[in-house]
Formats: sequence, C-alpha cells, structure tokens
Amino acid sequence: MSAVAESQVDLELLAEVSQFLYYEARLADEHRMDDWEALWADDAIYWVPANGENSDPETQMSILHDNRSRIALRVKQLKHSKRHTQNPRSRLRRLISNIEIVEVAQDIRVEANMLVFESNMRGDTVWGARNEYTLRRSDDGFSMVRKKVVLVNNEAALYTLSFLI
Amino acid sequence: MTGNPEPIDWDGLIQRDRVHGSLYTDEAIFQQELEKIWYSTWVYVGHISEVPNKNDFIKKSIGPQEVIMVRDRHDAVQLLLNRCAHRGNQVCMEHAGNRKTFTCPYHGWTFGNDGGLLGMPFPDGYKELDRSQTGLGKVARVADYKGFVFGSFADEGPTLEEHLGKGGRDALDRLVQTSPEGEVDITTGFLRHKCKANWKFLLENETDGYHPQFVHASIFNISDSAIGELYAEGTTAVARDFGHGHTENDLRPEFRKRGELLSWFGTTPDKLPGYVEKMRAAYGKEQGDEIMIDGAPHVMIFPNLFIAEIQMFVLQPLAVDETVQHVTALQFKGAPDLNKRMLRQTMGSVGPAGFLLADDNEMYERNQRGVAERRPAWNYLGRGLHREERDDNGYLIGDNTDEVTSRGIWRHYRELMEAAA
Repeated sequence: MSAVAESQVDLELLAEVSQFLYYEARLADEHRMDDWEALWADDAIYWVPANGENSDPETQMSILHDNRSRIALRVKQLKHSKRHTQNPRSRLRRLISNIEIVEVAQDIRVEANMLVFESNMRGDTVWGARNEYTLRRSDDGFSMVRKKVVLVNNEAALYTLSFLI
Repeated sequence: MTGNPEPIDWDGLIQRDRVHGSLYTDEAIFQQELEKIWYSTWVYVGHISEVPNKNDFIKKSIGPQEVIMVRDRHDAVQLLLNRCAHRGNQVCMEHAGNRKTFTCPYHGWTFGNDGGLLGMPFPDGYKELDRSQTGLGKVARVADYKGFVFGSFADEGPTLEEHLGKGGRDALDRLVQTSPEGEVDITTGFLRHKCKANWKFLLENETDGYHPQFVHASIFNISDSAIGELYAEGTTAVARDFGHGHTENDLRPEFRKRGELLSWFGTTPDKLPGYVEKMRAAYGKEQGDEIMIDGAPHVMIFPNLFIAEIQMFVLQPLAVDETVQHVTALQFKGAPDLNKRMLRQTMGSVGPAGFLLADDNEMYERNQRGVAERRPAWNYLGRGLHREERDDNGYLIGDNTDEVTSRGIWRHYRELMEAAA
C-alpha cells in the first residue's frame, strides 16, 4: 500500500473514518451482535487469512472467510446458548491505531493496526493484526464492505478465536 | 527421559469400563507416551502430494519433534530431522520449498536432501571423522499407504500395513475411491488450532458418536444440518473398533437407507454433475453410485490421523496439556467442482473460528481442567458395553453413540505402554 500523502490527508474524513472503526471495535468488544451485523453491506466479505496475508481464499484454507450470509450464520450461532466456546463470552478490549486512509474512490479503503486483549476461562490471550477495511458511504454513515484481519501470527498454531475479531 | 521411570500400575489406571484421570495430566506418563507411542509406533506425517517434485520439502512433525518431509533427488521420500550433525544447529528455516541441499548457517556444513554429508568448509581440519556415518538425523522407517506418508522412529517393528491392519487400510481405500482418479490431494494449506488439553481427549473425541448432538447443538439447530441425526439414538450408523487403536463411525447404513447420491455430503447430483459423470465413467454406474451413496469415511487412525469425510486432522501433542490440530480440506483428484465445496465447507467448520471445532476445543480444555479435580478419579467409558458385538469381519461394533471406540483406543494404548522399552 501507499498511504495518501500527508499533505493530502482529509482530516475531516480521517476523523469520521476513525470514529466508525472505533464504533465497530466497541460493538465487537461488547458482543453487540445485531448492531455489529447491521454494519455490513450486502456484498460483504469478512476475511481472516491463514499462512500469510495473500493466500487465495478460493483455493487455500483461511481461518475465516465469510460472505454476507455466512456472517449472519456466525452471528446467529454466537447468539445461541449452545455456542459453548462463547458461553461464557470472552471479555474483550481492543485498540485500533495507526489508521491510514489508503484510497478514496467510490468506496474508501482504510488500514489500521489492532491489538485485542481477550480473557476467558483458558486465560488471557493477546491478538495482534493489521486490518484492512473497505467502507461505503450510506445514509447513516458508513457500511462495511470488506474487513480483512491479518493476524501477525497467522502462520503459527492459534488458540480458538471464536469472538468477532 | 532420565533414568528408569517408576513402573506404572496399569490396572490402577485402565480398566474395562473406565480410565483414570491422571492419564491426561501426569507429566511422567506423557514422557513415556512420547517414547512408547510417538517415537515407536507408526505416526502419520504428511501426504505425497505435498512434495510432488524432486527436491520438494515441507516441514511436518512427529509429536513435538519437527520433521522435514522431502522428496530427495532420487525421488524417494525421506523424513529428516532439522539438526546439523556438527553442533546441532538448525539447517532449514523455511516452511516449504525446493532444494537439493541443506547448509547449516553456523559453520557451513552441507547435507544432501537424502541427509548425507556432502562437505564442510576447511575440510583439512577433519582427519578422524567418518563422513559416511555423519549426516542429518532421519526417521528410521518411512512408508506410505495410498499416498499417506507415515514415519516410525523405531528401527524395527510391525510394518505400516500391519499397523494399519485390514480395517485401517480399508478405510483409506474407501477414502481414495471417493476420487474419480483414486487419489487424494493435499493442496489447500493447513490451519493450526491449538488447545490446552491432553492429546488423548482429541483422539477419543474424533470417533465419539455421543457428543455431536450436544456439543454442536448450536450449529445443528440454526443450519438445518442433517449431521445430528446420524448421531442420534436409534441411528443405524455404527461405531467400530478396528483394533490397533483405529476406530470409526460408520455412517454408511444411514446413507444407504437414504439411498441418495451425495447425501453424505449434504448435496444432490444436480449440484455436482461433473463429479457424478466422472465417478460413473471411472467405476461404472453401479459401483460409482454405490461410492457416491456411501461417501468418505469417518475414521481415526491411531495415534494422529483423523479423516472426517471431507477434511483431515493431524494431531500433534506438544505437552501433557497442550495439543495442536493441523487441519485441511481434502481434495479429490479429478473432482474440481466437489473440491471447491469441500474447501468452503471445511473452512466454515474447522480451525480456531470454526462453527464445529471451536466448540470441540472448548470441550477439550474444560475436560482438561475437569480431570485435574481430585474426585471422582475415573472417567466412565462403559456406554454400550452390554450391546457391543462382533461384525462379519470380527471387529467390535456398537451403537454409533457407544463408547466401543474409546475402549478400543485404550486397549491398544495399554498394549503399547505395557510393552518393554
């Protein structure tokens, strides 16, 4: 990626985008599933690749590669009392930082670093990632067209990752 | 291991219908398992399709040991250890690649990809070294069955075919014939899913037909899955103990009752016309249709290879309470339309975020914490003891929800653990 040159940063847009990313992060941290799901566009892709950042999800295993209907299934399962891995739920707080607007066209591409602190019955786990978002203007702010979470350690063995990352 | 371990009273740990909780938590027992199981018996390592060309290599494992699976320059599959014969440095840092030699970065010793020493810098410094006896460590025996490569650190012992037994071989035969070309490909990369639990909880759970309705209730309830009924009371599916620690849930009776092609995969022939046509061309209509009704097996090859119809799991113990599952989608040679769906389904089901496996792993970790509690000291595995029987092949079978599989695993485990060192 090449970030938009510093002099051209649209600070107003950056503030708006940042607020959206923080909002999305908070909904996920607080398990506000329905509100979180409502952020997604109909043509959404939610992707957590494995084994690097550029594996082809059509031919290679990903940790998670959801289209809109699979996102809905994932949320529905998370809300089910027998989704044992999230009952009790992970306690979560995440930091979104280093936000850069990469492209402003019909959709807006944004990248950011993320650090998630998870606490559950197993113990405490820290997840670090580079996130890529594609956002689309909608009537009430943004909708999320694509979110790609490239875990720093996605080539290593990972504990269960059953919350919304 | 250091010194002679305390002799273990096996009657005090494994009985006909129960096993003692310490089998999952005792560090000394884990160390003995490494020696008597993981570094003695045949262990699944990788698949031939992962090293298709001469000089291809890929990192694999046998228990906590890292193993480099390589197709050497003579076209033979070798299992090398990542340890320089000089002073023990690591000679290979890449996960996979193609190379004829491995050079140690520490002092430049170079080994061929058959493990033999090729040379070192400033060779005049060595007068007494027997080069022919100096090389990378190797797994003593390597063999494959239908492309599945196994290794054994033991110089002698049963052959791979003997280890698999007729039951294990038949299951792998059934698997590969689900491909119109009779071969499986492993090409989609692995997810590695780690859990804080002893490896035997995973081993037992793979063919535990009692848990799916409960552990996987959430996904079964919301997705119209027909899997649950295969593991319900009154199912005609069968739990089977093949001996040698290998076990299966034989779902064919249910699929034969349905009599529908590809019902085992939750789909219909009109969705996969190319596959159906190729299978009939390859095996003839009658046998092709039989295979497409029966589907791929659900079999656990002791101690670490689990075939769950469309996906493959490889179990790797790292510590008494830590295990990694390496999981990938199976791909059937000559079946691109089926393969695409298998990858998509597998990705949804397995791995750290999987609809199914995240809940299994949750159970493993709770089990591990549970058996650390002092009482009751035993896990009860007597389900279906009163109704287990021998099938036509002499294998013990029971209701699909019965613990005939766990009992078979523990019977074999005890034999291996009791054997003289």
